[in-house]
Amino acid sequence: MTSENAMLEEFAQREYEHGFVTDIEADAIAPGLSEDVVRLISSKKNEPDWLLEWRLKAYRHWVTLDEPKWHNVKYPPIDYQASVYYSAPKQKPKLNSLDEVDPALLETYEKLGIPLHEQKVLANVAVDAVFDSVSIATTYRETLEKHGVIFRPFSEAVHDHPELVKKYLGSVVPYGDNFYAALNSAVFSDGSFCYIPKGVRCPMELSTYFRINAQNTGQFERTLIVAEEGAYVSYLEGCTAPKRDEHQLHAAVVELVALDDAEIKYSTVQNWYPGDAEGKGGIYNFVTKRGACRGENSKISWTQVETGSAITWKYPSVILQGDNSVGEFYSVAVTANHQQADTGTKMIHIGKNTKSTIISKGISAGVGQNSYRGEVKMMKGAANARNFSQCDSLLIGDRCGAHTFPYIEVRNTTAKVEHEASTSKVGEDQIYYLRQRGLSTEDAVNMIVNGFCKEVYDVLPMEFAIEARKLLSVSLEGSVG
Amino acid sequence: MLEIKNLHARTTDTEILRGINLKVAAGEVHAIMGPNGSGKSTLAHVIAGRDDYEVTEGEILYNGKDLLDMEIEERAAEGVFLAYQYPVEISGVSNKYFLRTAMNSIRKHHDQPPIKRTEFLELLKENLSRLGMDKGMMDRSVNEGFSGGEKKRNEILQMAMLQPKLAVLDETDSGLDIDALKIVADGVNALRSPERATIVVTHYQRLLDYIVPDKVHVLAGGKIVRSGDKALALELEDKGYAFLQELAAT
Repeated sequence: MTSENAMLEEFAQREYEHGFVTDIEADAIAPGLSEDVVRLISSKKNEPDWLLEWRLKAYRHWVTLDEPKWHNVKYPPIDYQASVYYSAPKQKPKLNSLDEVDPALLETYEKLGIPLHEQKVLANVAVDAVFDSVSIATTYRETLEKHGVIFRPFSEAVHDHPELVKKYLGSVVPYGDNFYAALNSAVFSDGSFCYIPKGVRCPMELSTYFRINAQNTGQFERTLIVAEEGAYVSYLEGCTAPKRDEHQLHAAVVELVALDDAEIKYSTVQNWYPGDAEGKGGIYNFVTKRGACRGENSKISWTQVETGSAITWKYPSVILQGDNSVGEFYSVAVTANHQQADTGTKMIHIGKNTKSTIISKGISAGVGQNSYRGEVKMMKGAANARNFSQCDSLLIGDRCGAHTFPYIEVRNTTAKVEHEASTSKVGEDQIYYLRQRGLSTEDAVNMIVNGFCKEVYDVLPMEFAIEARKLLSVSLEGSVG
Repeated sequence: MLEIKNLHARTTDTEILRGINLKVAAGEVHAIMGPNGSGKSTLAHVIAGRDDYEVTEGEILYNGKDLLDMEIEERAAEGVFLAYQYPVEISGVSNKYFLRTAMNSIRKHHDQPPIKRTEFLELLKENLSRLGMDKGMMDRSVNEGFSGGEKKRNEILQMAMLQPKLAVLDETDSGLDIDALKIVADGVNALRSPERATIVVTHYQRLLDYIVPDKVHVLAGGKIVRSGDKALALELEDKGYAFLQELAAT
């Protein structure tokens, strides 16, 4: 039995395949954060005054805040003055076509499986590629514009569509929302802006691929997606980073707005560098993601597969404001080696007949610690609102941990909240059974883990589901002797 | 096909098998009977390779190869199949996908390409109808929420699909009503052939009414205390196991 345990321990060892570094000259500012740095970032992006003012307000608020301490993750204090807040690969200031993008950058994305060349772009997925602090390319722009869909780097949207950005920026996650949201609001560099006009079903998946490359550099991107009345969009987000010995900070903000009858489906495969087997290095991922179902019958659904980061702190939430609106959260979070995750969701029911579903699958291996933290709030006006939550944990080996922290608040007597939770172990008897049928130990564990995650994979866009499966098997791969 | 010589096996605290000698030739069906705790199931699992047991002495030759030196999955790929007394549940994995993965794992071992989808489905359909199983069960998670009888039938289905050379049935009859018992026995009999061998581990004689063994062995105290033909099973039923304890003690 001890040999079985040793084998499971080996499973917790993982190989990170996106750990390479791109050698490219960067235009980076000195480490540290101050009002001057905020001004510098804003001027580098040639921003209008209103945005600089907004950033400064956020910064001034941020300095009054303390880091949150309520989460179930442990890490040494972060020196916010040691991080670099802006780094961009050096290239021509304004690119007219992809031919002008540095080949080293194109190659980087190619290696990551995200070709950006016109001839090779992914079929039916428009990609915005964000490298450190800037967006380097966005594919399919013209095709999308024909449908009235705006999909571009945030920094460009600020200039091209200031009225839209001004209207919605911070409208779901105000800069004062929390410590990391305030930090992001002050220093955010780039990200994606998507706008789907009234009645338009976005003709393809929109996707942003985030890559942190430079050393000691934080990535603070901001994504804003607005779906007008009756619009539909499916958005995918992917992330990777090189292997570095020191921790790197990632504090993003994502805001979604769905108006009447609109639907936004947001899927993430998060594969930031998780650190090595001893817990050295890895990304600190402190992210605020929130969607507002402003309109009646609107729907927002978050699907996330979290395999990366040394620390994950993330609660994609939905504010169900419009009557009959629907919020969904499907999550697979893997913590192997020394990874820690405190992740979950918030469903705030305000409108009548609002419905939310939470399916959370936590997988812990090695000495990984996985916490689900979820809040379901039924406000006074949420007549006949419904929530169903299911939180399952799977343990691989016996040194890891799973924790569940559900918070439920009900202020309307007609609202109904259901919560189910389970914890199970990858059983030696299961592995033995599958091996007796001819599967290798590795295939057996993969089969058990994939089965455990099935409900979440089922709602991922197909190509993403395949990637997620592969990623999970890599995450849990070991040199099984 | 199978030759077990002076096999001793133990868990961390107890010796369970104390010198088993057994020869099973291709084409034969052997029944292993014995009271609870006699080591029947242990023998089945040692053949399959479960690592809860430590083999301290003796050897097992399988088609001339040292079976004990092979990994669990290697034994499976070489044609050793164990029908479990307590089949394991795998949540979220459909029976169909599981069966196909198992078949392809074994094919891969023999450098064969994966089975074609249509071929697989055809084979599955055939076996399902033979075992009186509902097609809907194939889309359900492996053994999850299955009744005791459904689980046992599912084991026989896997056996029929994987076409093992040496099938070991561990108390497959326990918990089955007479109709299910007949179906399971038919499934086993359908697989009887000159190239295959079967070991039926059972506590009761009644399964042997339907799967007629060539040889019957009685296990007690970790040793085979008597061997004979079908008549031995009937004698056991008549006299009970009690008298064997004395035999084992000597």
